[in-house]
Amino acid sequence: MKLSKLSALAASTALCAPAVFAEEMANELTLVSWGGAYQASQIKAYVEPYLAMHPEVKVVWDESSAEATAKMRAMTEAGNVTWDLVDAVASDAMRMCDEGLIEELDHDAVLAAAPDGTPASEDFGELLVSDCFVPQIVYSTTFGYRTDLVGDNPPDNICAIFDLETYPGKRALQKRPIDNMEWALYCDGVAKDEIYDVLSTPEGVEQALAKLDTIKDQVVWWTAGAETPQLLADGEVVMGSTFNGRLFSAIAEQNQPIGMLWDMQSFDLDGWVVPAGLPADRKARVMDFLKFATDTQRLADQAKYISYGPARKSSAPLVGQHAELGIDMAPHMPTDPANAGNVHVYDYEWWADNRDDLDAKFQAWLAK
Amino acid sequence: MADTTQNGPVLAADGTPLKRSLSRALRMQKTRALMLVAPLLLFVLITFLLPIADMLFRSVENNIVSDTLPKTVVALREWDPASGEAPGEEVYAALAADLQVAEENKTHTRVGTRLNYENPGISSLFRKAGRRVSKWDIETDGPFKEQFLDMDKDWGKVEIWQTIQTYSPTMTNGYFLNSVDLMKGADGVEVRPENERIYITLFIRTFIMSLVITCACIVLGYPVAWLLANLPTRSANMLMILVLLPFWTSLLVRTSAWKVMLQQQGVINETLVWLGLVADDARLVMINNQFGTIVAMTHILLPFMILPMYSVMQTINPSYLRAAKSLGATNWTAFWRVYFPNSVPGIGAGSILVFILAIGYYITPELVGGTKGVFISNRIAFHISTSLNWGLAAALGTILLAVVLLLYWTYDKIVGIDNVKLG
Amino acid sequence: MSINTVEPQTPGFVAAVSAAAGAFFGLFVGTAQGSGLLGIVIGAVLLGTMGFVFAGMAEREKALRWIIFAVFLVAGFALGGLSVALVGGLFGWFAGWFIFWLATSRYRAPLAPYLTPGQVLWHYTFRVIAGAIFVFLITPILVVMPLSFNAQDFFTFTPEMLRFDPAGYSLKHYEDFFNNPDWQQALWNSLKIAPMATLLSVGFGTLAAIGLSQPHVPFRRAIMAILISPMIVPLIISAAGMYFFYSRIGLQGTYFGVVLAHAALGIPFVIITVTATLVGFDRSLTRAAANMGAGPVTTFFRVQMPLILPGVISGGLFAFITSFDEVVVVLFVGSAGQKTLPWQMFTGLREQISPTILAVATILVVISIMLLTTVEMLRRRSERLRGMSPS
Repeated sequence: MKLSKLSALAASTALCAPAVFAEEMANELTLVSWGGAYQASQIKAYVEPYLAMHPEVKVVWDESSAEATAKMRAMTEAGNVTWDLVDAVASDAMRMCDEGLIEELDHDAVLAAAPDGTPASEDFGELLVSDCFVPQIVYSTTFGYRTDLVGDNPPDNICAIFDLETYPGKRALQKRPIDNMEWALYCDGVAKDEIYDVLSTPEGVEQALAKLDTIKDQVVWWTAGAETPQLLADGEVVMGSTFNGRLFSAIAEQNQPIGMLWDMQSFDLDGWVVPAGLPADRKARVMDFLKFATDTQRLADQAKYISYGPARKSSAPLVGQHAELGIDMAPHMPTDPANAGNVHVYDYEWWADNRDDLDAKFQAWLAK
Repeated sequence: MADTTQNGPVLAADGTPLKRSLSRALRMQKTRALMLVAPLLLFVLITFLLPIADMLFRSVENNIVSDTLPKTVVALREWDPASGEAPGEEVYAALAADLQVAEENKTHTRVGTRLNYENPGISSLFRKAGRRVSKWDIETDGPFKEQFLDMDKDWGKVEIWQTIQTYSPTMTNGYFLNSVDLMKGADGVEVRPENERIYITLFIRTFIMSLVITCACIVLGYPVAWLLANLPTRSANMLMILVLLPFWTSLLVRTSAWKVMLQQQGVINETLVWLGLVADDARLVMINNQFGTIVAMTHILLPFMILPMYSVMQTINPSYLRAAKSLGATNWTAFWRVYFPNSVPGIGAGSILVFILAIGYYITPELVGGTKGVFISNRIAFHISTSLNWGLAAALGTILLAVVLLLYWTYDKIVGIDNVKLG
Repeated sequence: MSINTVEPQTPGFVAAVSAAAGAFFGLFVGTAQGSGLLGIVIGAVLLGTMGFVFAGMAEREKALRWIIFAVFLVAGFALGGLSVALVGGLFGWFAGWFIFWLATSRYRAPLAPYLTPGQVLWHYTFRVIAGAIFVFLITPILVVMPLSFNAQDFFTFTPEMLRFDPAGYSLKHYEDFFNNPDWQQALWNSLKIAPMATLLSVGFGTLAAIGLSQPHVPFRRAIMAILISPMIVPLIISAAGMYFFYSRIGLQGTYFGVVLAHAALGIPFVIITVTATLVGFDRSLTRAAANMGAGPVTTFFRVQMPLILPGVISGGLFAFITSFDEVVVVLFVGSAGQKTLPWQMFTGLREQISPTILAVATILVVISIMLLTTVEMLRRRSERLRGMSPS
């Protein structure tokens, strides 16, 4: 009798096994992100709480987001994807989605609804720029300036970067055509909604480069986000563009004499993407984590650690104070109405088509 | 000497002819030497040479067009771009069929990206078309030409089809043409428009700056090597630690340190201003330009110059100099006519080593080079990790590698690789 | 009695040379204060007088040097606080040493007695030039060390640091290194990867070097060229090639992949150092061992190995540091699980500038000094063993 009971148990286990297996979640999770303060905010806001709920899970971080597309492509080519969830900027996400490197998601099915029941797709709204992409934050590339080097006349207009008379000194700009070309045209008198039409013509490109030429020998070109805060702290540049969170941490956490110039800040999105073709157990774990990490409260929590705007509308009212400094975070958000008076919305589609071409021209111009 | 009178072959102890016995011993020696070398040779082959060959192959590989659009490629063979008219319906039908398959495998955007390198705008054409075509029924929905033109009038452009046709073969020299600022135009190879020419400039700049760095290393390395070679061994070895120490400090840290030194608010400028040698508002610009790259790289590569020079100078007998002087030579003549010629092999060895290393540098120029001080390697890195144009990166890399190998070969001919010494 | 022409110099000579040195320093201090000419004159007169007066008092050198040092230190402090006092003190120490070095003719002692004054002058000018180049070589390290104690999170000498205000300094970046799990994990990964890579390159490399140093090796030059090539091929090309190829065979992002890549990069160093040691190796020793009945393996371990060991160790150290300091290849070939120290530093430089990098560098420099000293000791030991006593 004992024996038959056991065998029955064994049989039932065997029958259940496939179902159990499908639900089983892998216990190791490889997250890819940017490192630095941004990754720290992710750890505090949702990775640590998630690990507290699931102590069996082990998280491994890979600071490779800057090379996400290249590495995803190589891994897929080799059929050996080691990443589970990747943090990427929207343009990279769209590129990877196009190439089929990452999974398309049904946002309402895989993401949590807002507390009031609004489905995720509405809560994120137009920030869902790609089917493969789950935005976390809205950040902006904007300018900071040395308050002690601009006298009594702090800049409040983006075109201050082209005004060498009023604001002499070096400027830091990112070493890529994106944003710089648009700012140049804007300051050369092109209306905001015509920028991309103008830039589509060879003359428009010449015009933008000619405008940049006026400040070329006063520009320090940066490639990594940490460079501008360092240059500002050293007094090497009088103003420079970088990601707004970097400036926030230099101003609020490091007490540097730096002010924010929000005019024509360039909005961009950063969020999660899921590599295509993960094994079922790993994918189940990723989806479980993703649902938790992008819910309303978690995205609002992240804003306690870094001044990037949460991507959900429902998170905005929950944004409170900085976790350590106790200052109100809302005024430091790029999305704050006071800061977002005049913003530049950069055209992903247009850049996807013209990036290689403009980059060649831009680099040739730089090398001249 | 009984053997010699016998006229027969000289025999070894075991009775075999000595000649054969010796050659067998030689063969055994050779085999044994090769057996010892073989594991490493195999190791280097697999871990190092194959990867490089693999990468170089990407510079000519162009399977993607014919793999993704097989029917279109065949249909396009008949079409003549000189006709000035877009191809006929059968090509559009083939494209529709190909795109439908490609859309399913998500490869249509890749081929779009590939062709976009040659003709900007194709990428979005393919992306949009893929979305639309996936809804069509290839059997019944024809004719397709109208529908394609309806979707985007660019599908009627001759240039678009010409690009697809030009890049149909599975091998291409397009990447190589691009990397020397040429392109495939309507009638054969032509020069790129002036505002897109960059690589020739970069190659020349890389070459000239590497040369300057090599010269700077010779000038700075020679006195140090001379001092090291002429001091008693114990003191020389202690000073040698000073030479090797920066060699062992992380490259990233040394480069950052040079930033701290050279920038306008940096240590050198502050000191000069404090000493009153430069005015506060006329601080020297020493970084984010060629000067910054040259200083930082000279510092980084200097040990590679000093070490070979030192090992050559150690072998120069100091009594030559004394002999020359006692025969009436002045200090300068004694050095220039006696010592210097003896030390030339060291200079040669160090120079080629430094030059080869300099020409391939990338992290230091990236951090301190600004716009005018970057090297060709920076573009290679850019194309690998940012623009994802791996074919172009491979082509640029192949050219760079060819130059380096040529120098390496020269080096081997002139000094011999065995003569490289490290401390 | 040995030939010893060294005798004390006249006060006039000491005064003249000291005045020249004083003028040189005076120029800098003078321009800083507004008038270069005045600086030259004051410097020359000051040091000239000191030289003239002290030249005859060589027997009380020690006490006088302390006094000069103290006077300059105090004068500096009175003029401009702690940092100027430091400069003054250094200058005072130099002045005292320089005057007595001239006065007692110590500068002539290590030189051949027949040298003309011009040759002596050139000898020391040359030393100064070489000294300046050595300073150039180690300046970055001298900059890095103090900055690693910066209380701020930037690579900048803050005004507090320049004033030697203790508030400008802190150990927080060292604490960060020792407490931050990321840095510790990176250190641990480096320590896991580098020895393994070193072991591989030393193992294969030593065997191959012994093979290559046999009297008859076919294709020796070609083989040597191939084995040295990882040092010659631009890193970015090696990195990209390995990245694509290792992805293909499933090694990308694995511990083993990084170890193999680093081992390949370390091989040239092992080959170069070990073949160099084998050049001086006396082949009759192995023949003698064979004669006495030792097999090839015994010969290798009991005779050959102990003698070439210093070369092997020094090659191994080069290979170890190559792996330990390598950032380009590991960025491509590695993934999260293989994040090494240089990788962590690279992230630190790019994403969030933090002087923790400098703290790590300082620690590594200290370790390097210890390693280099070890190599030096080993070399001396090997020379003793081989009977090539150091000169």
